[in-house]
Amino acid sequence: MKRDIELIVIGGSSGSLDVVIEMLKDLEKDFELPIILVLHRLKNTRAYLADLFNRYCVLEVKEIEEKEEIKKGTVYIVPANYHLLIESDHTFSLTVSEKVNFSRPSIDVTFESAAIIFQEKLAGVILTGANRDGAAGINAVKRMGGLCIVQDPKTATMKTMPESAIQILGTPDYVFSPSEMTIFFKTLKKSNYAKEI
Amino acid sequence: MLLEESEIRMLIYSIYEKYGYDFSNYSKASIRRRLIRILDLLEFNNLKELQSWLLKSNENFERFLNEVTVNVTEMFRDPTFFKSLKERVFPYLKTFPYTKIWHAGCSTGEEMYSLAILLEEAKLLSKAQVYGTDINTNVIREAREGIYPLKEMADYSRNYVRAGGKESLSNYYLAKFDSAIFSSHIKQNLLFSYHNLVTDSSFNEFNLIVCRNVLIYFDRELQAKVFQLFLDSLPPLGYLALGSKESVLFDKQRDQFEVIDEKERIYRKNGL
Ligand SMILES: C[S@@+](CC[C@H](N)C(=O)[O-])C[C@H]1O[C@@H](n2cnc3c(N)ncnc32)[C@H](O)[C@@H]1O
Repeated sequence: MKRDIELIVIGGSSGSLDVVIEMLKDLEKDFELPIILVLHRLKNTRAYLADLFNRYCVLEVKEIEEKEEIKKGTVYIVPANYHLLIESDHTFSLTVSEKVNFSRPSIDVTFESAAIIFQEKLAGVILTGANRDGAAGINAVKRMGGLCIVQDPKTATMKTMPESAIQILGTPDYVFSPSEMTIFFKTLKKSNYAKEI
Repeated sequence: MLLEESEIRMLIYSIYEKYGYDFSNYSKASIRRRLIRILDLLEFNNLKELQSWLLKSNENFERFLNEVTVNVTEMFRDPTFFKSLKERVFPYLKTFPYTKIWHAGCSTGEEMYSLAILLEEAKLLSKAQVYGTDINTNVIREAREGIYPLKEMADYSRNYVRAGGKESLSNYYLAKFDSAIFSSHIKQNLLFSYHNLVTDSSFNEFNLIVCRNVLIYFDRELQAKVFQLFLDSLPPLGYLALGSKESVLFDKQRDQFEVIDEKERIYRKNGL
């Protein structure tokens, strides 16, 4: 059976800012897949992250507004102090519910929610980070038949997060350096990615 | 665990039929997460088990209601929001001999105590009546007590200062063991009661309505209904303050509000 990817979710913690910029800066205007970034941040720091990314990226990077519909060619950032959930009509819901893994936003929360809705059409990516948030989430992506990609711990500033993801997955679909990820994303964009499942 | 949306709908419908609480316009994704948590907490294997327990008694439903709602809150959440309220809305409140304020979905009350402290420092508290309402009866009880974990106060103090607080936060509470007990002076004009935004109508007219991080759980249709309730509860030129990610601008009532602070989501009902 062949399938296409419709959404990429990326989770990262300490050290991930540079990685994300490196990954996003080479994606051109014709890149159609929506990308959601779940990055741990200091609470009460506001929207500036989107401004920062926009300085480096061609694609539009924006902080999520609640009830917004997922659109092509847009990079979304989960706002600080909210968890992001995804509805079956492909709109965003925000919640201020309890922290998960001491984090809000939590990568697990968004990955689990996106996996239920997008199933095998979801690609989940775990980047550098110093805690274990994201491991349960990427495992949910796997259970629902999605594609699991982990940053090569050798290229990660903080290895705990990618290592925990690899440990829980057994074998991720791909272990990539940041630049390899960009190249891989571009192949997804052309919708010519097909995986035997 | 995987909960099908159809199963969730069934549960919601049976609750509505038996108890009259309508969750059908709540975020399904959020309800799903809460249900998984509740199944875990109450040790049920599936929604059917939960459902039959739920329909057995009012107490069971009460317990469910108190778990299905998200009650997480803090003092001076988004300090810049409180600062903006002080700068943009307090001058308007000062023009009245007596003002009424409504916190819809006040949860355990931290947000109300935060505002009450700032009102006190602006000499507005003694001439204000501040109403806090929620559908969760447990949190209302806690809000009324105004006792919070002492360990949170360091964070809250920092945000209080950033919100433009003039004193020291510790002036307003008594530290006892690991609790911070807020003073009766701050509590003097706070009133707490049950009110359901989905089914209950307007119960008064307010100069300011604060409803933060409640509408994120409602779909657009229900949001529009609640905005109408707020319009019905505001005099011309009355203020509405929403959470940092909520907005009236996407709803059909948007023309009836003026944007006062776009970033802090403070709006004002049009004049006549
Ligand atoms: C996340 S809390 C918000 C607390 C506070 N306003 C803040 O922003 O920190 C959301 C509250 O809305 C309440 N709520 C949910 N549905 C409601 C309804 N239909 N009517 C009134 N309150 C409701 C919940 O019980 C909960 O206490």
